Amino acid sequence: MRRIVVVGASAAGLAAAETLRREGYDGTLTLVGDEPLAPYDRPPLSKQILAAEWEPERLALRTPDTLAALDLDLRLGVAATGLEPADRTVGLADGSALPYDGLVIATGVRPRRLPGEGAHVLRTLDDALALRERLTPGRRLVVVGAGFLGAEAAAVAWQLGVHVTLLEPAPVPLAHAIGTEVGQMLGQAHLKRGVDLRCGVTVTEVTDAGVRLGDGEVIEADEVLVAIGSLPNTRWLDGSGLTVGDGVVCDEYCRAAENVYAAGDVARWYNPLFGTSMRIEHRTTAAEQGMAAARNLLAAPQARKPFAPVPYFWSDQYDMKIQAFGYLRGHDEVTVVEGDLADSRFVAAYRSGDRVTGALAVGMPPKAIRQWRQAIATGATWHDSVSTTVPAVES
Amino acid sequence: MKVELEADKCVASGQCVLAAMDVFDQDDDGIAILLEEQVGEDRLDDVKEAVAVCPAAAIRLVEQ
Repeated sequence: MRRIVVVGASAAGLAAAETLRREGYDGTLTLVGDEPLAPYDRPPLSKQILAAEWEPERLALRTPDTLAALDLDLRLGVAATGLEPADRTVGLADGSALPYDGLVIATGVRPRRLPGEGAHVLRTLDDALALRERLTPGRRLVVVGAGFLGAEAAAVAWQLGVHVTLLEPAPVPLAHAIGTEVGQMLGQAHLKRGVDLRCGVTVTEVTDAGVRLGDGEVIEADEVLVAIGSLPNTRWLDGSGLTVGDGVVCDEYCRAAENVYAAGDVARWYNPLFGTSMRIEHRTTAAEQGMAAARNLLAAPQARKPFAPVPYFWSDQYDMKIQAFGYLRGHDEVTVVEGDLADSRFVAAYRSGDRVTGALAVGMPPKAIRQWRQAIATGATWHDSVSTTVPAVES
Repeated sequence: MKVELEADKCVASGQCVLAAMDVFDQDDDGIAILLEEQVGEDRLDDVKEAVAVCPAAAIRLVEQ
């Protein structure tokens, strides 16, 4: 293989490029990014950057020297517009076509939006800086969506003295992902600080005055942030013949087609550890999957390794650090196995079938969390894990 | 090679400990601690893995 193209210059794409070099690939390595900036980190956008605790320079994922040492053909500020697998070329927005022998797709996601103009979203550094300059004390911010991103932004805005209204369509924030009780606890964290969390509220559009709800009511705001999830960036793959369905569909090796792999937020792959296909928008998974895709791209078929990680994410909200391991979605049961929800210090374990498939902790020491990660990674049964830590199992 | 850790960037994920348990640990708040600043050839692969999987890009390997 003499020409490898990595499309997407964020965490997953960078990890793929670095891994290719580490594994000894010395051919042409092109890294394409639609943003003009060198690879930077996104999780701090809704935390330290929004809070103005960090300046943008701190986001750089690598120093210029480290990046230069990778000897990349770096194409920044230009989006990929098409893929022709038959002649193995990637088309770019500047009209050029990049031939490849191997391809890694890491084009990430874009925010879902609402009808109407003038709302903020939070995905890029520009997005974060545009919002941050508007978050001055006394202004009114409406955040649509009380998922992790919306909740983090609401918490930062509240800390800056902004009047925050947080609108969530579900009866309990994040209930589908982390369970009703844990979701309620996170919801309470907003309410007790005076953030106006309203659940079961549908927003139909953004207006000049604020947002319009499903029942016609208008909630006035100086700024609106829409944080209602994201969509995989796969439009450029239309007509490529790759299978796309809520992400680029891959096998357990992150392989989408012959010599074509996908990684990061855009990749939907089969995770054998959980026996299901998943698309994970976590920072850690992006890096791990970039590495796995790169290794498998270079490996002989019999030497490829399935990508079977325990997904991990964290979220900072007010004084809480939330950490979660595993695949919590679609769980059958949640049990607090250590600590107490009421104290905002606990570990909750998640059961799917007869296995421990997830754990979520707030304010707990690493040891308490690590044993649950271990249980997930080894496919431990629920009975063995939970009965040894708690005397009585709640159902 | 020398390992450098920017502790104020650390987000307490513990991924470095999973990658190289003899080089990294975590304090009670989960913040990463360096157990060894100098790593030899034999530990380099694991430490490079830790650098790569750190979700905060808080770890660096520096040539001396």
